[in-house]
Amino acid sequence: MNFHELFAHFGDITVDGLTKGSIYALVALGYTLVYGVLKLINFAHSEVFMVGTWTVLGAYSLVGADEGSGVGILIIATVLGFLLAPLASAGTALAVERIAYRPLRRKNAPPLIFLITAIGCSLVLTETFGQALHAIFGPPFGRAAVSIPSLIPEKEWVNLSWIAISNTQILVIVAAIVMMVALDAFVNRSRLGRGVRAVAQDPDTAALMGVNQDRVIMLIFVLGGAMAGIAAMLYTIRYDITKFDIGFLIGVKAFTAAVLGGIGNLRGALVGGLVLGVVEVYSSTLFSSNWEDVTAFVVLVLVLMFRPTGILGESLAKARA
Amino acid sequence: MPEISELWKSVNLRERWETAPTWVRMIVSGILLAIAIYLPFLNVLPFAYIRTDLSTGGSDWSGVLTTIVIYMIVATGLNVVIGMAGLLDLGYVGFYAIGAYSLALFGSPDSPVTHWFADKFGLSEGWSVPFVACVPIAIAIALAAGVVLGAPTLRLRGDYLAIVTMGFGEIIRIISRNANGLTNGPNGITNVPTPPGPKDPDTGQPFFNPIDGYRWYWLCLAVLILLIWLVRRLEYSRVGRSWLAIREDEDAAAVMGVSGFKYKLWAFAIGAAVGAIAGLLFGSKQTFVEPTGFALNLSFLFVAMVVIGGSGNMVGALFGAFLITYLPERFRGLSDWRPFCFGVALVLVMILRPQGLIPNRRRARELEDRRLEAEEVATDD
Repeated sequence: MNFHELFAHFGDITVDGLTKGSIYALVALGYTLVYGVLKLINFAHSEVFMVGTWTVLGAYSLVGADEGSGVGILIIATVLGFLLAPLASAGTALAVERIAYRPLRRKNAPPLIFLITAIGCSLVLTETFGQALHAIFGPPFGRAAVSIPSLIPEKEWVNLSWIAISNTQILVIVAAIVMMVALDAFVNRSRLGRGVRAVAQDPDTAALMGVNQDRVIMLIFVLGGAMAGIAAMLYTIRYDITKFDIGFLIGVKAFTAAVLGGIGNLRGALVGGLVLGVVEVYSSTLFSSNWEDVTAFVVLVLVLMFRPTGILGESLAKARA
Repeated sequence: MPEISELWKSVNLRERWETAPTWVRMIVSGILLAIAIYLPFLNVLPFAYIRTDLSTGGSDWSGVLTTIVIYMIVATGLNVVIGMAGLLDLGYVGFYAIGAYSLALFGSPDSPVTHWFADKFGLSEGWSVPFVACVPIAIAIALAAGVVLGAPTLRLRGDYLAIVTMGFGEIIRIISRNANGLTNGPNGITNVPTPPGPKDPDTGQPFFNPIDGYRWYWLCLAVLILLIWLVRRLEYSRVGRSWLAIREDEDAAAVMGVSGFKYKLWAFAIGAAVGAIAGLLFGSKQTFVEPTGFALNLSFLFVAMVVIGGSGNMVGALFGAFLITYLPERFRGLSDWRPFCFGVALVLVMILRPQGLIPNRRRARELEDRRLEAEEVATDD
């Protein structure tokens, strides 16, 4: 129990946790949206994030951006990353829904079947990057971790005696919060968002009112995928790395965050993500980073046991009718 | 494909088996058993082509057979949890690991646990619990773990349960990797005991040694048959019927006086014990246990066996275990593609044949019912 370390660097550690948590929160949105409407845990969502990180790498190599390139290329590459990663992720999420989930929905399959299908999709996606693309194109695809050029050099913007915040940390947290606010406004205020809430509340009545259910379902997969893509871009900016199975742990943690905040609740995802990120960083400082991954699971079990509806309660439908 | 399935239906194997007189069934089972016992020595062409050690670099045939049977034991246990009680357990590898580690911790003279006992009670150097005593210890620990995991979590909805059990599997693996004082951490534990037996008169080796793989195969086969028999008895007992009722409709079962929680816990604990037995055999055959052998992928593999084979049907689950273990070994060059193929197979089987390759009849009917309901709703629109 390393309390000294924790209190000596309390500010830094907290900011680090918030940065991590923002990424969890963005990924958690995908789980929450799909769960809110379909009552289904989209297990393959973690791989949607993974595809995003690889797309960022692809976008960088497309324009030949590297750590030493000029400012113009850096800006183009970053903008391209922010555009392509959500596109690719949303496309992946949509493909999973069209190819795997839709035939099952037609058959009214029990949840267990959905979950197993999702595990299958998740395996196919990871192995596509770990094995199939490696067999065709060779490296960088494959089972080894790949580093992604860090285009935005790490600089300390705030440096007080008790806290130091770097530019990437601020970027990640601010971008995540902006995206969350935008999504929240979209679901709560736009016409399409009203359709989403209607289907979440009562699919049959929504259909009677002229809401196209299939289109709403596609929309939520696209939205969740795009958020995961943004999260992937932010992740690569902060941690400069990707790997074929990178999605798994982040997926589990994001799911934990979604449940912690109240699955099906958009604001809950933000709260849950930030809380989980901070708790995780504290615990890895207190014990050791070896035990870091256990924290998420322990938190998940505790939440499910004592407050299964999470901190803010589960409801996409009741968000603001 | 339709022709094949029509042909298969016209043979109607299941019906024939069920209506056959007892003596026919006994003779057929006897022949199957004899073939199973003979398999490691199979040397007659063209049947010998199923061996995995024909080409250079192929894996040891008896070893592969042993692995297949160990995974069949796993499938038998997991089938109780997933197929019969309808609980998706994604952390089954945790129980498998508990079995292997219990044997290693108590049975190996090199483990921290036996060292601790030896120091504490002044026992001689190299003291350890004999293999025969380790088996009940492992089963007891797994049962306890099943109850400890199940008691708080079995009240959860099905999909939450899946994630929590997955977390359990990971926690077990992380503990076995990090708790140096208990499990030797990443170094693993050596000198895991093997089952007792007469010494080989020619070589002076113990009866169960790494060279004579067929003995391991026979041992595992015997354990598998015993477990199949036990689980069969359970399936047709009051407990088995309760599982079925819970799987189909928990609320209706509760109204009929079937305590959902109690029987789910039973399923969980029994599944855990069977998983531990499989893990124990695995650890003993390897004579070495280390954390990377229990990665989460193994859990998915176990689930894939049961689901692809046909969850709820013992023959289906065993067939699934056989396919998933045997095919990648026979076609060794493709082994890197194994997870990819699982993924594709899982998705395809779930979309095209959600009841599995050799389905449980009742389960297939449940799914058919749900599909018809969905169609009715669709035509109402």
